[in-house]
Amino acid sequence: MTLTIRDLCVARGGLPVLQGLSFTLAPGQALILRGPNGSGKTTLLRTLAGLQPPLAGQIDGAEEQIAYAAHSDGLKAMLSVRENLTFWADVFGQTDIAPALDAFALTPLIDRLAGTLSAGQKRRLGLARLLVTGRSIWMLDEPTVSLDVDAVAQFAAAVRAHLRAGGAALIATHIDLGLESEVLDVTPFRATQDTRAGASDEAFL
Amino acid sequence: MTALLRRDLKLAVRAGGGFGLGLAFFLIVTVLVPFGVGPQSELLSRIAPGILWLGALLACLLSLDRLLALDWEDGTLDLLATSPLPLEAALSIKALAHWITTGLPLVLAAPVLGILLNLPTAGYGWLVLSLLLGTPALSVIGTFGAALTVGVKRGGLLMSLLVLPLYVPTLIFGAEAARRGATGMDPLTPLLMLAGITAGVVAIMPFASAAALRVNLR
Repeated sequence: MTLTIRDLCVARGGLPVLQGLSFTLAPGQALILRGPNGSGKTTLLRTLAGLQPPLAGQIDGAEEQIAYAAHSDGLKAMLSVRENLTFWADVFGQTDIAPALDAFALTPLIDRLAGTLSAGQKRRLGLARLLVTGRSIWMLDEPTVSLDVDAVAQFAAAVRAHLRAGGAALIATHIDLGLESEVLDVTPFRATQDTRAGASDEAFL
Repeated sequence: MTALLRRDLKLAVRAGGGFGLGLAFFLIVTVLVPFGVGPQSELLSRIAPGILWLGALLACLLSLDRLLALDWEDGTLDLLATSPLPLEAALSIKALAHWITTGLPLVLAAPVLGILLNLPTAGYGWLVLSLLLGTPALSVIGTFGAALTVGVKRGGLLMSLLVLPLYVPTLIFGAEAARRGATGMDPLTPLLMLAGITAGVVAIMPFASAAALRVNLR
């Protein structure tokens, strides 16, 4: 299913940060989001994931298709790796967590409590969650934070396998993942002063 | 949905889950009241239903702080909101898990603690029944309070202030039913009112909670 964005305007805290953004994301395609800190990459991903409404514009093809991975992984420290993954698989109506464990080399850690994992291992577990969602569009916000070189390679391989299977990915990242992907720089779409003035009411609603 | 319930129950009984916190608070209140009031068994049996209800209500309030705050901090709420599970259902399940881990133990402990307060014999059944009917409302209303204040640093105070007035009808009818039962009057009317309040909030509150949470997740 193709994700189509038309003339999108997204806001954070009532202030527009990006405007006039249009792109499409077809199955098998990966799109890398770039832009300096605070340019609205996270806000864009949260809007597309349906966590906040856009100020203007249209999003087509996102319904029930998006697996979102934020800065925090949604892991419970007192549950084991297996329990954490099984929970998310159940929530998304899936049953098999083995491929996800294999893809991120988590099988040796399966009975460890998530609270005892290192930062990189937690991140791998957070990314393995994407594989148990069964969703076709991945929205990833800085997925490679605290990953070492091997883990980044595992991640890139997982993304490639996902794309081959007809999935799509929108990734906000600063490092080169070695994917054949297009790059979307959000800097030219930053909201200008007059749109800011027009939408300032929202903070008071 | 059962996955979320199972996870919440599992988390509650594991280390740091906070299971038993409300129960311990309830125990402390009811053990200390006789010391504060003095050795007057008649006065104690008169105030016992009210004290037990108040203790249960405050014990419930104590654990509301953690209901959504932990899931907010580790990002679980964001991910749940993007999952196929409707937020209304997720919050109903979380309220149910809260009731099982907090409300239900209070209901079961109340008759034991009633002995400490010299509760009249006739009152035990009605006390348990009124708590059984009333505590689900406390959990569901509490979930609404937690959804309103999630993301507010040290939001516990604000949440208590928001939730307390909403707890008043439940407390009035619950304590009244227990009091009437203990003094041999007919407790049917307050019990029906209590059951009505619970049925009403269980049906309506999850929608309010989900709406509040959606605003807070933006």
